[in-house]
Amino acid sequence: MSSSPQQTPPPVTDDVTPPDEVLAGVPELASGSLSAYVRAWLARVRSGESGVLPVIGGLIVIIIIFQLKNSVFLSANNIINLMVQASIYVLFGIAEVFVLLLGEIDLALGFTGAIGAVFAVWITGPPHNQPWFVGVVLGLAVATVIGAVWGLLTTRLRIPSFIVTLAGLLGLQGLLIFLINKLAGQSSGGTMSVSNGVINGIAYGHMSNVLAWVVLVVVVVTYAAITVLRDRQRRSGGLVTQPVGLGFLKIAAIAVAGVVLVLVCSAGSGVPWAVPIVLAIVLGWTFLLGHTRFGRYVYAIGGNAEAARRAGINLSQIRLIAFALSSLTAGAAGIFYAARLGSISSNVDGGQYVLLAVAAAVIGGTSLFGGRGKIVHALLGGLIVATIYNGMGLLNLSAATQLMVTALVLLAAVTVDALSRRNRTTT
Amino acid sequence: MSDEQAGVRPAGSPAGRTLLDDTPPLLSLRGVGKRFGPVQALSDINLDLPAGQVTALVGDNGAGKSTLIKAIAGIHAIDGGEMLWEGNPVQIHGPRDSSHLGIETVYQDLALCDNLDIVQNMFLGREALRGGVLDEATMETKANQTLSELSVTTVKSIRQPVSSLSGGQRQAVAVARAVMWDAKLVIMDEPTAALGVSQTAMVLDLITRLSARGIAVLVVSHNLNDVFQVADRIAVMFLGTLARTAPIGELTVSTAVELITTGNLTTSTDRES
Repeated sequence: MSSSPQQTPPPVTDDVTPPDEVLAGVPELASGSLSAYVRAWLARVRSGESGVLPVIGGLIVIIIIFQLKNSVFLSANNIINLMVQASIYVLFGIAEVFVLLLGEIDLALGFTGAIGAVFAVWITGPPHNQPWFVGVVLGLAVATVIGAVWGLLTTRLRIPSFIVTLAGLLGLQGLLIFLINKLAGQSSGGTMSVSNGVINGIAYGHMSNVLAWVVLVVVVVTYAAITVLRDRQRRSGGLVTQPVGLGFLKIAAIAVAGVVLVLVCSAGSGVPWAVPIVLAIVLGWTFLLGHTRFGRYVYAIGGNAEAARRAGINLSQIRLIAFALSSLTAGAAGIFYAARLGSISSNVDGGQYVLLAVAAAVIGGTSLFGGRGKIVHALLGGLIVATIYNGMGLLNLSAATQLMVTALVLLAAVTVDALSRRNRTTT
Repeated sequence: MSDEQAGVRPAGSPAGRTLLDDTPPLLSLRGVGKRFGPVQALSDINLDLPAGQVTALVGDNGAGKSTLIKAIAGIHAIDGGEMLWEGNPVQIHGPRDSSHLGIETVYQDLALCDNLDIVQNMFLGREALRGGVLDEATMETKANQTLSELSVTTVKSIRQPVSSLSGGQRQAVAVARAVMWDAKLVIMDEPTAALGVSQTAMVLDLITRLSARGIAVLVVSHNLNDVFQVADRIAVMFLGTLARTAPIGELTVSTAVELITTGNLTTSTDRES
């Protein structure tokens, strides 16, 4: 056995490889052409990192099935109705994505939203008659405080969020009954009606067609400009960039989807206000998660909490904020719910809404195990859940069938999640 | 106990690294001790870590290797002796103190987030911002540059998630993260413990390149083959003390094993090279 180092390292000066060589033989991200991207994407689908395209495909299949069974399904008015219905699932789903990303869960979201809605309806109704924004701010603030309480209990006392929010699920249901009896009076029969026109308008108001087209054009042009400018900047800086063709494909897809949406809705009563509001929330939260330190840390904690801690990240703070933002979004969902039903009552099925929220997030592609997921997953998953409920309602299927079908879809989505996770760990 | 000969270079060691005899070592431990209740985990440790050299820290389980590196990394406060950083006494009370000095530790379990990509991991907790928003272009450029400098050329894209990397590549990312922040001393805890043959070679190569850049490297390892391949100096710990510190040429694997297991040498084979 030799006792002196035999290995001579290569001369250091020759070691510096140009950046494009570091990226040689790259998968999809640095692949120059669209066809190379497609090949890399197929490889990624096989390894369980499928992205949103299969979800969109599934949504289209479901839509085709329901349309074949009942031609009313794709009528303008049913689609408008479907989108308002979906907005509630989407918002609850977004709320759940925030905590699922951390590897936590919030079972109380449904009732958190309902409590927020109670305050919003109460302050805007007689005798207070405050303007709509007072109601919205109060409702969202109450919901946010509730989320912060879950965050405090899980981070300070180290109680699993599952247990904390299970207690919350029960406790808030009791609080909901108490509040409605207290605020609306025993004679109300446990129901508070929405009397504010603006809040009602979330679900029943419509954008004028002109406004809808203007908004659509502005959104598509802005998105296209940002995409083209950013990609050009990155490419000139020698950074990993999506293929040019893919960028245009995404822009085209968004433009087509928007045009179809506006065309269909203008054939009916117009684009409901719920749609642009939900899309704005999706955009805002997507930006927060993708482009800020807070968002990066949410993903880091969900991926490896210990690594995040060693990197100097304040875990408790990030968790607390995430729970609060989650409940804030649930508050918005609760207000949408009240707007759609025109009232908020003590028999809101907050438990089922939570389960559908988890279903929406997971069906869309968010992992139950933390660290993987996007806000847009809740958008797609919420649409699928709403489509299933809406379509089965049109087919006059019983509640029993509806529940079982939803359960099967959820189970399928979770199975895909678990299987892809297993693939990831074995490769 | 300690026969420091930091300036003497073993024969056959890689060229390109010089150490002037009159420069103080980057980090010197002088009589360092650490006690956990009744247990004297470290006693009277005298160790020099010169810049541009790889020092291997070996010893049996419980010999105090982990305690020693944690003391240097600021996780354990020492309760005896002193530390000299570039000849000046310093107090290291926490991980922030040590990283402020330029000490970066690569832990055995790597502390990477599987779901984040290479760039995101390398900047975790120290993200570049522009106008309050993550500055991805700057981070990606700098990460790319650091990986190139370390000749980490096997990763396909620095935007791929860490979960898709091999063990050796993950180690390389963890090391690159440490180096990117102008580390002067990199501590590596069992860097090759979980790696296969070719990946081990890659990591050892990386260690050599770190020291060629003038960085002091302290490698904790159980694998004496790796140690003899890469280290310039070897420090053998035995029951909380430094049994021997020597240029690698003064020991062989068998004498090192004897030092590790008994704490001293009974035979005179220690200069048989």
